[in-house]
Amino acid sequence: MMVKALVNRVRFIGNGMLNISAGVGRAAWFFIHVLSWGSGFKAPFKRLLQQVYQLGVLSLPIVLVAGLFVGMVLALQGYHILVGYGSQEAVGQMVALSLLREFGPVVTALLFAGRAGSALTAEIGLMKATEQLSAMEIMGVDPFKRIMAPRLWGGVITLPILTVMFSVLGIYGGAFVAVEVLGIYDGSYWANMQNSVEFNEDVVKGVVKSLVFAVVVTWLAIFHGWNATPTSQGISRATTATVVQASLAVLALDFILTAVMLGGF
Amino acid sequence: MTSKNLEISVGAFVLAGILALVVLALNVSGLSYRADDQSYYLFARFENLAGLSERAKISLSGVTIGRVVSITLDTEDYVAVVKMAIDKDVPLTTDTSASILTAGLLGEKYIGLSVGADDELLINADEIEDTQSSIVLEELIGQFLFSRSE
Repeated sequence: MMVKALVNRVRFIGNGMLNISAGVGRAAWFFIHVLSWGSGFKAPFKRLLQQVYQLGVLSLPIVLVAGLFVGMVLALQGYHILVGYGSQEAVGQMVALSLLREFGPVVTALLFAGRAGSALTAEIGLMKATEQLSAMEIMGVDPFKRIMAPRLWGGVITLPILTVMFSVLGIYGGAFVAVEVLGIYDGSYWANMQNSVEFNEDVVKGVVKSLVFAVVVTWLAIFHGWNATPTSQGISRATTATVVQASLAVLALDFILTAVMLGGF
Repeated sequence: MTSKNLEISVGAFVLAGILALVVLALNVSGLSYRADDQSYYLFARFENLAGLSERAKISLSGVTIGRVVSITLDTEDYVAVVKMAIDKDVPLTTDTSASILTAGLLGEKYIGLSVGADDELLINADEIEDTQSSIVLEELIGQFLFSRSE
């Protein structure tokens, strides 16, 4: 009796590990398959445009408003810390560096996962549930090239652009609060910032971060849609999984990327 | 949405992204410096700048009236030559003095000006004769110890 319970426990754990391994394998296989959008240029390009519109242009309002407020809050918080050291002039440098290095890529990726990633999963999951994907295969159309690839590439193009816009809006929002509300000389705000921000070190590395986040978030989103159980409950579970896993992946990857970029390891 | 409108909105989105990158390059990381015509330029020679950097501010009675444009080394006298841009609406007399000061305990270095009583005004490309270098703490301690030991 005792032995049987133990064996069952080991079986259960082993089965779980096998399932996780199979999921990772399926996701990797899936990723390789969605990289290519097939032959030709014009028709796939049209589909890509459609996705850049869906994922990027329609995400603009939330990203821009969020950027503005994050920058304004950073300026306000930074000012109240720095004023204790009499170096409140450094608030521009603080706002710009924290936006370019961290807040820009990370917050935009989190917003993107919530706004665009969930929509992608739900869309593809519903296509699967209503058997549109199988219908395509029967017609000889590859759903990977037709449906998945434009979405992946659309996300990869879109997120870095959104990130850069987020940072710019944040820096100008911070400038507004620092200069107009807190009364810091605007020459000091910009001069301190320009002295400390390096284009290659800060701006480019932030964009590289957001490229990595873009691949991971869109990949997870379309994979969960494709992998969903074709029921309404399955789709809802897949959508939740996308947002949760993409957010956690972004935060964990951010730590790794930062450690590598700062050379701490 | 028609295909044309789709292309226009996506194009505008990508262009705005490129524009934002250009703003980051020029305005935030300061790859180039925008010249402003609202100022005139003065020179001042200092023996020791002690951390004064380009684009540092220049203040008069605590009010910022300009910034440091460039710093060069005069290889004849071995002194630093600072080029300053001063707001056009702030006239300075010829006996104005300039000194390098520190904002707060750990703050940035800036140039503080104090105006004299002369009637004549400095014009573009003039030099401020009366300058005082930054106080270097190590030198001050050295002087103190030296004077105590005598």
